[in-house]
Amino acid sequence: MIRSYYESNARARIAGLLDAGSFDEWLPAAERVTSPHLATLEQPAAFDDGVIIGHGSIAGKKIFIAAQEGGFMGGAVGEVHGAKIVGVLERAVRDHPAAVLLLLETGGVRLQEANAGLIAVSEVMRAILSARDAGVPVIVAIGGQYGCFGGMGIAARCASTIIMSEEGRLGLSGPEVIETARGVEEYDSRDRALVWRTVGGKHRYLLGECDAIVPDSIEAFQGEIAACIGNGDNLTLAALEQEHELLAERVQRFGECKDGRDIWRKLGWPDPDAIAMMDNEEFVSAAKGHRVKNSAKVT
Amino acid sequence: MQWKTTIDKLFPSGHQVKQEGDLLLGEGSCGKHTIAVIGTTNHTEVGVELALAMAGEVLAVIRNEPGRPILFMVDTSGQRLRHRDEMLGLNGYMAHLAKCVAMARRWDHPIISLVYEQALSGGFLANGMMADVCAALPEAEIRVMGLAAMARVTRISEEKLTQLSKSSPVFAPGANNYLKMGGLDELWEGDLSACLSKALEHFDATDHRRVRGQERGGRMMADEVVKRVLASS
Amino acid sequence: MTIENLKYRFDGGKPTKGATAIVGVLGSGNLEVMVEPAALGGACEIEVSTAARGFDKIWHAVMKDFFERHRAGDIRISVNDAGATPAIVSLRLDQAIETYTATGKEKK
Repeated sequence: MIRSYYESNARARIAGLLDAGSFDEWLPAAERVTSPHLATLEQPAAFDDGVIIGHGSIAGKKIFIAAQEGGFMGGAVGEVHGAKIVGVLERAVRDHPAAVLLLLETGGVRLQEANAGLIAVSEVMRAILSARDAGVPVIVAIGGQYGCFGGMGIAARCASTIIMSEEGRLGLSGPEVIETARGVEEYDSRDRALVWRTVGGKHRYLLGECDAIVPDSIEAFQGEIAACIGNGDNLTLAALEQEHELLAERVQRFGECKDGRDIWRKLGWPDPDAIAMMDNEEFVSAAKGHRVKNSAKVT
Repeated sequence: MQWKTTIDKLFPSGHQVKQEGDLLLGEGSCGKHTIAVIGTTNHTEVGVELALAMAGEVLAVIRNEPGRPILFMVDTSGQRLRHRDEMLGLNGYMAHLAKCVAMARRWDHPIISLVYEQALSGGFLANGMMADVCAALPEAEIRVMGLAAMARVTRISEEKLTQLSKSSPVFAPGANNYLKMGGLDELWEGDLSACLSKALEHFDATDHRRVRGQERGGRMMADEVVKRVLASS
Repeated sequence: MTIENLKYRFDGGKPTKGATAIVGVLGSGNLEVMVEPAALGGACEIEVSTAARGFDKIWHAVMKDFFERHRAGDIRISVNDAGATPAIVSLRLDQAIETYTATGKEKK
């Protein structure tokens, strides 16, 4: 049975990705570590503040995991939510699991917790980099309904590896925010095809903003994740300088492009409109030699 | 306050900080230190080019000036809100800047940031908030979003948010709130160069913000939650 | 959207063993339900925290129906609700008690 990653909630994703029976939750729902700020606002608060953390194994290798529940407040990050993720990453610095897995599905800072949320996102960013400095790879998976946006879109790109499905979206400002600020001519947030050409999995894969793209199944994500575990991490100055070159080249090459399709055409795709309809296997195969690879990544 | 006034106060012994577009670049003398200055002005929106330029400056300092402290001068109205920047992966450019700052820290460069005008969420995360010492002038505007906009999006009345802001530093904009929440180390006023000297003496690469947030009463759960995760079986 | 807190208690259930279980998500039109073991002399205690105010009678009816179908005692049920329909509430309660009693399935 193919289980859709997109349709599954955070708990189901954890259950599907990790080896059967291996998951042990930290600060589980029963401990009721909830948001004090939502309580002040008399707003409904989830028992686990919308993120499930713990440890387990994938393909027999020990991993730590944090899975955001997009269904609760769009996965937005508040004080407790963010601290749970920071806790996982700091524990990884101490305990050296084979990897930290972050299942990100979030609109970014939880506005109801504004300042606490922003600082929490910043602390997550630093904690991701600390874990990497300690040699623990941080693997991000993005494939849920809410995408990965806001400050967490920046945090995601601080990780070692990003795996997306076609359905996933990764960016900084959501389309509605840009449309509200600059008008519908700038960005029509209701044009779904446009949004996917701008921040969707296939575009990010072609641009070098994610490392792998998989079909929308928990099994497919698991396979790709398993391949990344235990490879260690190596964020060096040389790697950053390489990434700098790539990013400079990207602006140079594509800075005048008006649409994702213009970028894909420049990457050598004869029929960019066909990309949206390709299935994952066909797409990945056709993308060989026609995408920007982030060669700064450890292979 | 113009950037030059602030820079003059920070470096009374002399500096060569220049404005190039919305970018501020240069160096200043502080006691025995030469400080690299990287900043923005005009409440600029940070887009891919600006993020890349700042990252490039950080990399240049790491390569060419071992141990040199870096001062980020922060004045931004946030990330650039354009389809083009999203398409090109602005989140990736911001992350690259953040990684460069973290690398500078790894190479023992003290990192200090000063919000001298405005700092709005996305424009702040990749530079100012990555600092070892994050400071602001008392009148600096630091926020995620204004209360009116927040009221619209959260559907909590502006009156209620304003009311709650009197007793809680969580929602409302302002340097004082960020200080209480632990997001800022210090407010700098009066002799800015003395503030800078003092900050340089206390270089410490650990992220102390959640401990400060608790000590100051602004964030009572963050540190406790992390401790509980570390202590879990 | 301020929350309403409701409490119910049903006596005379059969002691039901299990491992703390949680199902559902606190999203619009949905709810999360947690079932925990509790020494209550066979009673079932239920706490509801809901964003939809004024539905006490309906909650009571749904809970009573749930209790009569399962007669599960020595459990505490905690609900966080964001406006789910009675049908969805019943579904989640059934899912929760099923997960709760399926001990040994989840843990190693």
